[in-house]
Amino acid sequence: MKHLIFLLLLAGLGSTAFSQKYITRNGYIGFYSSTPLEDIKADNNQAASVIDISTGEIVFQVLIRSFRFEKALMQEHFNENYMESDKYPRSTFSGKITNIGGTGLTKNGSYEVTVEGDLTIRDVKKRVSAKGTIDVAAESVTAESKFIISPEDYGIKIPSVVRNNIAKNIEVTVKITYTPQE
Amino acid sequence: MLVLLGSSALKAQEDLLDLLSDNEDQGPEKVTATFKTTRIMNGHSIERTPAGQFDFRISHRFGKINSGFYEFFGLDQATMHLGLEYGITDWLMVGLGRSSYEKTFDGFARFSLLRQSTGIKAIPVSVSTFSSLALRTVDLPQPPGSSWFDSRLATVNQLLIGRKFNQTFSLQITPTWLHRNLVDYGTDPNDILALGAGGRIKLAKRISLNAEYYLIANRQTYRNEEIHNPLTLGFDIETGGHVFQLLFTNSRSMIEKGFLGETTGSWSNGDIYFGFNLLRVFTVR
Repeated sequence: MKHLIFLLLLAGLGSTAFSQKYITRNGYIGFYSSTPLEDIKADNNQAASVIDISTGEIVFQVLIRSFRFEKALMQEHFNENYMESDKYPRSTFSGKITNIGGTGLTKNGSYEVTVEGDLTIRDVKKRVSAKGTIDVAAESVTAESKFIISPEDYGIKIPSVVRNNIAKNIEVTVKITYTPQE
Repeated sequence: MLVLLGSSALKAQEDLLDLLSDNEDQGPEKVTATFKTTRIMNGHSIERTPAGQFDFRISHRFGKINSGFYEFFGLDQATMHLGLEYGITDWLMVGLGRSSYEKTFDGFARFSLLRQSTGIKAIPVSVSTFSSLALRTVDLPQPPGSSWFDSRLATVNQLLIGRKFNQTFSLQITPTWLHRNLVDYGTDPNDILALGAGGRIKLAKRISLNAEYYLIANRQTYRNEEIHNPLTLGFDIETGGHVFQLLFTNSRSMIEKGFLGETTGSWSNGDIYFGFNLLRVFTVR
Protein backbone atom coordinates (compact mmCIF):
# COMPACT_ATOMS: atom_id res chain seq x y z
CA MET A 1 0.00 0.00 0.00
CA LYS A 2 2.79 2.38 0.92
CA HIS A 3 4.42 1.61 -2.40
CA LEU A 4 1.22 2.33 -4.25
CA ILE A 5 0.85 5.76 -2.66
CA PHE A 6 4.45 6.48 -3.47
CA LEU A 7 3.88 5.49 -7.10
CA LEU A 8 0.76 7.66 -7.32
CA LEU A 9 2.66 10.60 -5.93
CA LEU A 10 5.45 10.00 -8.38
CA ALA A 11 2.98 9.82 -11.27
CA GLY A 12 1.42 13.07 -10.08
CA LEU A 13 4.81 14.79 -9.94
CA GLY A 14 5.67 13.39 -13.34
CA SER A 15 2.61 14.86 -15.01
CA THR A 16 3.29 18.34 -13.62
CA ALA A 17 6.93 18.15 -14.68
CA PHE A 18 5.94 17.16 -18.21
CA SER A 19 4.13 20.40 -18.81
CA GLN A 20 2.04 21.16 -21.83
CA LYS A 21 2.33 24.87 -21.12
CA TYR A 22 4.24 27.21 -23.32
CA ILE A 23 5.17 30.72 -22.22
CA THR A 24 6.66 33.99 -23.45
CA ARG A 25 7.42 37.41 -21.98
CA ASN A 26 8.38 39.14 -25.19
CA GLY A 27 5.49 38.55 -27.50
CA TYR A 28 4.35 41.19 -29.95
CA ILE A 29 1.05 43.03 -29.70
CA GLY A 30 0.49 46.03 -31.92
CA PHE A 31 -2.42 48.13 -33.01
CA TYR A 32 -3.18 50.27 -35.96
CA SER A 33 -5.69 53.07 -36.35
CA SER A 34 -6.20 54.43 -39.81
CA THR A 35 -8.17 57.54 -40.77
CA PRO A 36 -7.91 59.86 -43.79
CA LEU A 37 -6.23 62.41 -41.49
CA GLU A 38 -3.74 60.31 -39.65
CA ASP A 39 -2.43 56.77 -39.20
CA ILE A 40 -1.48 55.77 -35.70
CA LYS A 41 0.57 52.68 -34.98
CA ALA A 42 1.92 51.32 -31.73
CA ASP A 43 4.06 48.30 -30.95
CA ASN A 44 4.62 46.36 -27.78
CA ASN A 45 7.28 43.65 -27.70
CA GLN A 46 6.87 42.84 -24.03
CA ALA A 47 3.55 41.05 -24.07
CA ALA A 48 3.44 38.05 -21.75
CA SER A 49 1.38 35.02 -22.62
CA VAL A 50 0.87 31.38 -21.69
CA ILE A 51 -0.82 28.69 -23.75
CA ASP A 52 -1.69 25.22 -22.58
CA ILE A 53 -1.71 23.10 -25.74
CA SER A 54 -3.47 20.20 -24.08
CA THR A 55 -6.53 22.17 -22.96
CA GLY A 56 -6.40 25.10 -25.40
CA GLU A 57 -6.39 27.65 -22.64
CA ILE A 58 -4.58 30.87 -23.47
CA VAL A 59 -3.90 34.03 -21.48
CA PHE A 60 -2.22 37.34 -22.26
CA GLN A 61 -1.00 40.18 -20.15
CA VAL A 62 0.40 43.44 -21.43
CA LEU A 63 1.67 46.59 -19.75
CA ILE A 64 0.04 49.62 -21.33
CA ARG A 65 3.17 51.75 -20.81
CA SER A 66 5.20 49.38 -22.95
CA PHE A 67 3.43 50.43 -26.15
CA ARG A 68 5.81 52.45 -28.33
CA PHE A 69 4.57 55.07 -30.75
CA GLU A 70 6.30 56.82 -33.60
CA LYS A 71 5.60 60.22 -32.02
CA ALA A 72 6.43 60.83 -28.38
CA LEU A 73 3.43 63.12 -28.00
CA MET A 74 1.06 60.39 -29.20
CA GLN A 75 2.54 58.02 -26.64
CA GLU A 76 2.06 60.59 -23.88
CA HIS A 77 -1.55 61.25 -24.86
CA PHE A 78 -2.23 57.49 -25.17
CA ASN A 79 -1.01 56.94 -21.60
CA GLU A 80 -2.32 60.15 -20.05
CA ASN A 81 -5.63 60.82 -21.75
CA TYR A 82 -6.96 57.65 -23.27
CA MET A 83 -5.67 54.60 -21.41
CA GLU A 84 -4.87 56.30 -18.08
CA SER A 85 -2.06 53.82 -17.62
CA ASP A 86 -1.26 54.98 -14.09
CA LYS A 87 -4.77 53.96 -13.05
CA TYR A 88 -5.03 50.92 -15.30
CA PRO A 89 -1.47 49.72 -15.83
CA ARG A 90 -2.21 46.44 -17.59
CA SER A 91 -4.58 44.77 -19.92
CA THR A 92 -5.33 41.04 -19.85
CA PHE A 93 -7.00 38.39 -21.94
CA SER A 94 -8.06 35.05 -20.61
CA GLY A 95 -9.69 32.59 -22.97
CA LYS A 96 -9.89 29.22 -24.62
CA ILE A 97 -9.65 27.78 -28.09
CA THR A 98 -13.21 26.77 -28.91
CA ASN A 99 -12.62 24.48 -31.90
CA ILE A 100 -10.11 22.24 -30.21
CA GLY A 101 -10.11 18.47 -30.85
CA GLY A 102 -9.81 15.67 -28.32
CA THR A 103 -6.02 15.66 -28.28
CA GLY A 104 -5.76 19.42 -28.09
CA LEU A 105 -2.88 20.93 -30.04
CA THR A 106 -0.38 18.39 -28.81
CA LYS A 107 0.51 17.05 -32.28
CA ASN A 108 2.97 19.09 -34.31
CA GLY A 109 1.32 21.03 -37.09
CA SER A 110 -0.61 24.13 -38.01
CA TYR A 111 -4.04 24.79 -36.55
CA GLU A 112 -6.68 27.30 -37.60
CA VAL A 113 -8.25 28.27 -34.32
CA THR A 114 -10.99 30.41 -32.88
CA VAL A 115 -10.25 31.83 -29.46
CA GLU A 116 -12.98 33.11 -27.20
CA GLY A 117 -12.52 34.80 -23.86
CA ASP A 118 -12.52 37.91 -21.73
CA LEU A 119 -10.50 40.92 -22.81
CA THR A 120 -9.98 43.42 -20.00
CA ILE A 121 -8.91 46.95 -20.89
CA ARG A 122 -9.16 49.78 -18.36
CA ASP A 123 -10.90 47.34 -15.99
CA VAL A 124 -13.70 46.89 -18.52
CA LYS A 125 -14.20 43.20 -19.25
CA LYS A 126 -15.66 42.21 -22.62
CA ARG A 127 -16.31 38.83 -24.18
CA VAL A 128 -14.40 38.72 -27.47
CA SER A 129 -13.69 36.16 -30.15
CA ALA A 130 -10.86 36.08 -32.67
CA LYS A 131 -9.56 33.78 -35.38
CA GLY A 132 -5.91 32.92 -35.66
CA THR A 133 -3.24 30.40 -36.52
CA ILE A 134 -1.20 28.34 -34.12
CA ASP A 135 1.84 26.40 -35.26
CA VAL A 136 3.08 23.71 -32.93
CA ALA A 137 6.64 22.46 -33.45
CA ALA A 138 9.02 20.44 -31.32
CA GLU A 139 10.55 23.23 -29.29
CA SER A 140 8.23 26.18 -29.88
CA VAL A 141 4.67 27.23 -30.48
CA THR A 142 3.85 30.30 -32.54
CA ALA A 143 0.52 32.08 -32.61
CA GLU A 144 -0.77 34.82 -34.88
CA SER A 145 -4.04 36.69 -34.93
CA LYS A 146 -5.65 39.89 -36.11
CA PHE A 147 -8.86 41.26 -34.71
CA ILE A 148 -10.76 44.48 -34.35
CA ILE A 149 -11.66 46.31 -31.16
CA SER A 150 -13.47 49.55 -30.60
CA PRO A 151 -12.17 52.12 -28.05
CA GLU A 152 -15.76 53.04 -27.25
CA ASP A 153 -16.42 49.54 -25.85
CA TYR A 154 -13.84 50.09 -23.14
CA GLY A 155 -14.99 53.52 -22.01
CA ILE A 156 -12.30 55.43 -23.89
CA LYS A 157 -13.64 58.89 -24.63
CA ILE A 158 -12.28 60.67 -27.66
CA PRO A 159 -12.87 64.43 -27.68
CA SER A 160 -14.49 66.00 -30.73
CA VAL A 161 -11.34 67.89 -31.84
CA VAL A 162 -9.47 64.65 -32.53
CA ARG A 163 -12.46 62.46 -33.36
CA ASN A 164 -11.45 62.38 -37.03
CA ASN A 165 -7.87 61.41 -36.20
CA ILE A 166 -8.64 58.24 -34.28
CA ALA A 167 -10.40 55.31 -35.93
CA LYS A 168 -13.60 53.88 -34.45
CA ASN A 169 -12.31 50.39 -35.13
CA ILE A 170 -8.73 49.58 -34.29
CA GLU A 171 -6.90 46.59 -35.71
CA VAL A 172 -4.93 44.59 -33.19
CA THR A 173 -2.14 42.27 -34.33
CA VAL A 174 -0.75 39.49 -32.15
CA LYS A 175 2.44 37.57 -32.97
CA ILE A 176 3.79 35.31 -30.29
CA THR A 177 6.55 32.73 -30.16
CA TYR A 178 6.30 30.53 -27.10
CA THR A 179 8.88 28.26 -25.55
CA PRO A 180 8.10 25.38 -23.17
CA GLN A 181 7.53 26.46 -19.63
CA GLU A 182 10.29 25.24 -17.32
CA MET B 1 -7.55 13.13 -5.25
CA LEU B 2 -10.18 13.41 -8.02
CA VAL B 3 -11.79 16.33 -6.27
CA LEU B 4 -8.46 18.08 -6.16
CA LEU B 5 -7.91 17.51 -9.88
CA GLY B 6 -11.38 18.85 -10.69
CA SER B 7 -10.93 22.05 -8.77
CA SER B 8 -7.51 22.64 -10.28
CA ALA B 9 -8.98 22.42 -13.78
CA LEU B 10 -11.56 25.07 -12.90
CA LYS B 11 -8.83 27.35 -11.63
CA ALA B 12 -6.58 26.66 -14.60
CA GLN B 13 -7.10 29.96 -16.44
CA GLU B 14 -6.44 32.04 -13.36
CA ASP B 15 -3.36 29.93 -12.69
CA LEU B 16 -2.09 30.71 -16.16
CA LEU B 17 -2.46 34.44 -15.45
CA ASP B 18 -0.68 33.92 -12.12
CA LEU B 19 2.25 32.45 -14.02
CA LEU B 20 2.59 35.77 -15.80
CA SER B 21 2.29 38.04 -12.80
CA ASP B 22 5.00 36.07 -10.95
CA ASN B 23 7.93 38.16 -12.04
CA GLU B 24 6.44 41.05 -13.88
CA ASP B 25 8.90 43.55 -15.22
CA GLN B 26 9.67 46.01 -12.43
CA GLY B 27 12.27 47.96 -14.39
CA PRO B 28 12.55 51.71 -14.00
CA GLU B 29 9.68 53.49 -15.68
CA LYS B 30 10.09 57.17 -16.46
CA VAL B 31 7.37 59.44 -15.15
CA THR B 32 5.87 61.40 -18.02
CA ALA B 33 3.63 64.45 -18.38
CA THR B 34 4.67 66.29 -15.24
CA PHE B 35 3.51 69.41 -17.04
CA LYS B 36 1.69 69.80 -20.36
CA THR B 37 4.45 71.81 -22.02
CA THR B 38 7.98 73.08 -21.57
CA ARG B 39 6.66 76.15 -19.72
CA ILE B 40 4.82 76.26 -16.43
CA MET B 41 3.55 79.72 -17.37
CA ASN B 42 6.31 82.24 -18.18
CA GLY B 43 9.20 80.15 -16.93
CA HIS B 44 10.50 76.81 -18.10
CA SER B 45 9.20 73.53 -16.71
CA ILE B 46 11.15 70.28 -16.47
CA GLU B 47 9.24 68.97 -19.50
CA ARG B 48 11.43 68.91 -22.57
CA THR B 49 10.83 68.43 -26.26
CA PRO B 50 11.66 64.77 -27.04
CA ALA B 51 14.24 63.99 -29.73
CA GLY B 52 13.03 65.12 -33.12
CA GLN B 53 10.17 67.29 -31.90
CA PHE B 54 9.78 70.93 -32.91
CA ASP B 55 7.71 73.24 -30.73
CA PHE B 56 6.52 76.43 -32.37
CA ARG B 57 5.33 78.96 -29.81
CA ILE B 58 3.42 82.18 -30.28
CA SER B 59 2.89 84.16 -27.10
CA HIS B 60 1.08 87.44 -26.48
CA ARG B 61 0.75 89.70 -23.47
CA PHE B 62 -1.85 92.38 -23.72
CA GLY B 63 -1.77 95.68 -21.84
CA LYS B 64 -2.67 96.22 -18.21
CA ILE B 65 -6.21 95.28 -17.30
CA ASN B 66 -6.42 98.41 -15.11
CA SER B 67 -5.73 100.70 -18.07
CA GLY B 68 -9.46 101.21 -18.44
CA PHE B 69 -12.07 101.26 -21.16
CA TYR B 70 -10.15 103.68 -23.40
CA GLU B 71 -7.46 101.02 -23.83
CA PHE B 72 -10.17 98.34 -23.85
CA PHE B 73 -8.72 96.92 -20.63
CA GLY B 74 -5.36 96.36 -22.23
CA LEU B 75 -6.46 94.52 -25.33
CA ASP B 76 -5.51 97.51 -27.54
CA GLN B 77 -1.85 96.81 -26.89
CA ALA B 78 0.09 93.61 -27.18
CA THR B 79 3.66 92.47 -27.03
CA MET B 80 4.58 89.16 -28.53
CA HIS B 81 7.21 86.47 -28.46
CA LEU B 82 7.90 83.91 -31.16
CA GLY B 83 9.83 80.80 -30.33
CA LEU B 84 11.11 77.78 -32.19
CA GLU B 85 12.36 74.97 -29.98
CA TYR B 86 13.76 71.57 -30.80
CA GLY B 87 14.76 68.37 -29.08
CA ILE B 88 18.17 67.31 -30.42
CA THR B 89 18.16 64.29 -28.15
CA ASP B 90 15.86 63.25 -25.33
CA TRP B 91 18.17 65.09 -22.93
CA LEU B 92 19.19 68.18 -24.92
CA MET B 93 16.75 70.83 -26.05
CA VAL B 94 17.55 74.14 -27.73
CA GLY B 95 15.45 77.15 -28.66
CA LEU B 96 15.53 80.50 -30.39
CA GLY B 97 13.13 83.34 -29.79
CA ARG B 98 12.32 86.93 -30.56
CA SER B 99 10.36 89.32 -28.34
CA SER B 100 8.82 92.52 -29.59
CA TYR B 101 9.46 93.84 -26.06
CA GLU B 102 12.76 95.77 -26.40
CA LYS B 103 13.32 93.92 -29.70
CA THR B 104 15.03 91.11 -27.87
CA PHE B 105 16.52 87.96 -29.39
CA ASP B 106 17.04 84.99 -27.14
CA GLY B 107 18.51 81.55 -27.34
CA PHE B 108 18.70 78.76 -24.81
CA ALA B 109 19.96 75.25 -24.18
CA ARG B 110 18.57 72.79 -21.68
CA PHE B 111 20.01 69.56 -20.39
CA SER B 112 17.91 66.91 -18.67
CA LEU B 113 20.11 65.54 -15.91
CA LEU B 114 17.64 63.31 -14.11
CA ARG B 115 14.22 61.99 -15.01
CA GLN B 116 11.78 61.11 -12.28
CA SER B 117 11.12 57.38 -12.44
CA THR B 118 9.46 54.55 -10.60
CA GLY B 119 10.43 50.91 -10.17
CA ILE B 120 13.56 49.30 -8.79
CA LYS B 121 15.82 52.31 -9.34
CA ALA B 122 13.31 55.01 -8.48
CA ILE B 123 14.33 58.65 -8.83
CA PRO B 124 12.10 61.06 -6.88
CA VAL B 125 12.59 64.20 -9.00
CA SER B 126 13.39 65.38 -12.49
CA VAL B 127 16.29 67.82 -12.77
CA SER B 128 17.24 69.97 -15.75
CA THR B 129 19.59 72.87 -16.30
CA PHE B 130 18.54 75.91 -18.28
CA SER B 131 20.94 78.47 -19.72
CA SER B 132 19.92 81.36 -21.92
CA LEU B 133 21.32 84.43 -23.62
CA ALA B 134 19.20 87.46 -24.39
CA LEU B 135 20.25 90.33 -26.65
CA ARG B 136 18.16 93.47 -26.68
CA THR B 137 18.48 95.35 -29.92
CA VAL B 138 16.15 98.28 -29.22
CA ASP B 139 17.74 101.71 -29.81
CA LEU B 140 19.15 102.90 -26.50
CA PRO B 141 21.77 105.55 -25.78
CA GLN B 142 25.10 103.74 -25.89
CA PRO B 143 27.34 104.58 -22.90
CA PRO B 144 30.75 105.70 -24.06
CA GLY B 145 33.48 103.09 -23.92
CA SER B 146 31.10 100.13 -23.91
CA SER B 147 30.73 97.53 -26.62
CA TRP B 148 27.32 97.53 -28.33
CA PHE B 149 27.07 93.75 -28.24
CA ASP B 150 28.38 93.09 -24.74
CA SER B 151 26.37 95.83 -23.11
CA ARG B 152 23.09 94.43 -24.41
CA LEU B 153 23.56 90.84 -23.33
CA ALA B 154 22.01 89.15 -20.34
CA THR B 155 22.43 85.54 -19.27
CA VAL B 156 20.17 83.36 -17.16
CA ASN B 157 21.07 80.09 -15.50
CA GLN B 158 18.48 77.95 -13.77
CA LEU B 159 18.22 74.60 -12.13
CA LEU B 160 14.79 73.09 -12.65
CA ILE B 161 13.81 70.56 -9.99
CA GLY B 162 10.37 69.12 -10.46
CA ARG B 163 8.25 66.28 -9.18
CA LYS B 164 4.96 64.81 -10.30
CA PHE B 165 3.38 63.83 -6.99
CA ASN B 166 0.40 62.19 -8.62
CA GLN B 167 -1.77 62.42 -11.71
CA THR B 168 -3.20 65.71 -10.47
CA PHE B 169 -0.42 67.58 -8.73
CA SER B 170 3.07 68.55 -9.89
CA LEU B 171 5.50 70.99 -8.29
CA GLN B 172 8.75 72.58 -9.36
CA ILE B 173 11.41 74.62 -7.58
CA THR B 174 13.65 76.77 -9.72
CA PRO B 175 16.80 78.42 -8.31
CA THR B 176 17.74 81.17 -10.75
CA TRP B 177 20.69 83.46 -11.43
CA LEU B 178 20.30 86.35 -13.86
CA HIS B 179 23.31 88.38 -14.96
CA ARG B 180 22.98 91.60 -16.93
CA ASN B 181 26.15 92.95 -18.52
CA LEU B 182 24.93 96.54 -18.34
CA VAL B 183 22.17 97.99 -16.19
CA ASP B 184 20.41 101.34 -16.52
CA TYR B 185 21.54 102.87 -13.24
CA GLY B 186 24.63 102.48 -11.11
CA THR B 187 22.53 101.35 -8.16
CA ASP B 188 20.89 98.51 -10.11
CA PRO B 189 22.45 95.11 -9.44
CA ASN B 190 24.05 93.33 -12.38
CA ASP B 191 23.19 90.01 -10.80
CA ILE B 192 19.77 88.98 -9.61
CA LEU B 193 19.15 85.85 -7.60
CA ALA B 194 15.69 84.37 -7.41
CA LEU B 195 13.88 81.26 -6.32
CA GLY B 196 11.01 80.17 -8.46
CA ALA B 197 8.17 77.88 -7.48
CA GLY B 198 5.50 76.63 -9.81
CA GLY B 199 2.93 73.94 -9.92
CA ARG B 200 -0.16 72.60 -11.52
CA ILE B 201 -3.40 71.02 -10.52
CA LYS B 202 -5.12 69.02 -13.21
CA LEU B 203 -8.78 69.91 -13.37
CA ALA B 204 -9.63 67.51 -16.19
CA LYS B 205 -7.66 65.22 -18.48
CA ARG B 206 -6.78 68.05 -20.81
CA ILE B 207 -7.03 71.11 -18.56
CA SER B 208 -4.85 72.16 -15.67
CA LEU B 209 -4.64 75.15 -13.37
CA ASN B 210 -1.08 76.46 -13.11
CA ALA B 211 0.63 78.97 -10.84
CA GLU B 212 4.15 80.30 -10.88
CA TYR B 213 5.97 82.68 -8.56
CA TYR B 214 9.54 83.94 -8.42
CA LEU B 215 10.91 85.31 -5.17
CA ILE B 216 13.66 87.77 -6.06
CA ALA B 217 16.37 88.08 -3.39
CA ASN B 218 17.65 91.52 -4.39
CA ARG B 219 14.85 93.55 -5.88
CA GLN B 220 15.75 97.03 -7.09
CA THR B 221 14.17 99.67 -9.24
CA TYR B 222 13.93 99.37 -13.00
CA ARG B 223 13.90 102.77 -14.73
CA ASN B 224 12.66 104.46 -11.57
CA GLU B 225 9.91 101.93 -11.04
CA GLU B 226 9.81 99.43 -8.23
CA ILE B 227 10.41 95.80 -9.17
CA HIS B 228 7.85 93.22 -8.04
CA ASN B 229 8.05 89.47 -7.74
CA PRO B 230 6.44 87.95 -10.83
CA LEU B 231 3.28 85.98 -10.15
CA THR B 232 1.43 84.22 -12.93
CA LEU B 233 -1.81 82.26 -12.77
CA GLY B 234 -3.43 80.49 -15.66
CA PHE B 235 -4.66 77.41 -17.43
CA ASP B 236 -3.18 74.80 -19.75
CA ILE B 237 -5.63 73.57 -22.34
CA GLU B 238 -4.44 70.72 -24.53
CA THR B 239 -6.13 69.74 -27.77
CA GLY B 240 -4.09 67.02 -29.47
CA GLY B 241 -1.13 68.69 -31.18
CA HIS B 242 -1.76 72.12 -29.63
CA VAL B 243 -1.48 73.45 -26.11
CA PHE B 244 -3.00 76.80 -25.17
CA GLN B 245 -1.91 78.55 -22.02
CA LEU B 246 -4.20 81.36 -20.94
CA LEU B 247 -2.76 83.42 -18.12
CA PHE B 248 -2.78 86.49 -15.95
CA THR B 249 0.56 87.95 -14.90
CA ASN B 250 2.20 91.12 -13.60
CA SER B 251 5.11 90.71 -16.06
CA ARG B 252 5.16 92.13 -19.57
CA SER B 253 8.16 90.16 -20.73
CA MET B 254 7.88 86.51 -21.62
CA ILE B 255 11.52 85.55 -21.15
CA GLU B 256 13.47 85.04 -17.92
CA LYS B 257 15.69 88.07 -18.30
CA GLY B 258 12.63 90.29 -18.60
CA PHE B 259 10.21 88.87 -16.06
CA LEU B 260 12.89 88.59 -13.40
CA GLY B 261 14.55 91.96 -13.84
CA GLU B 262 11.82 94.17 -15.25
CA THR B 263 8.50 93.24 -13.67
CA THR B 264 7.16 96.62 -12.61
CA GLY B 265 3.52 95.61 -12.36
CA SER B 266 1.92 94.90 -9.01
CA TRP B 267 -1.02 92.54 -8.55
CA SER B 268 -2.33 94.63 -5.68
CA ASN B 269 -2.49 97.72 -7.89
CA GLY B 270 -4.26 95.78 -10.60
CA ASP B 271 -1.28 95.94 -12.98
CA ILE B 272 -2.27 92.63 -14.47
CA TYR B 273 -1.60 91.58 -18.03
CA PHE B 274 -3.77 89.02 -19.73
CA GLY B 275 -1.94 86.84 -22.20
CA PHE B 276 -1.61 83.48 -23.89
CA ASN B 277 1.01 81.06 -25.12
CA LEU B 278 0.05 78.99 -28.12
CA LEU B 279 2.09 75.89 -28.81
CA ARG B 280 2.04 73.76 -31.92
CA VAL B 281 4.02 70.52 -31.94
CA PHE B 282 5.70 69.15 -35.08
CA THR B 283 7.42 65.80 -35.08
CA VAL B 284 10.13 65.71 -37.74
CA ARG B 285 11.73 62.35 -37.03
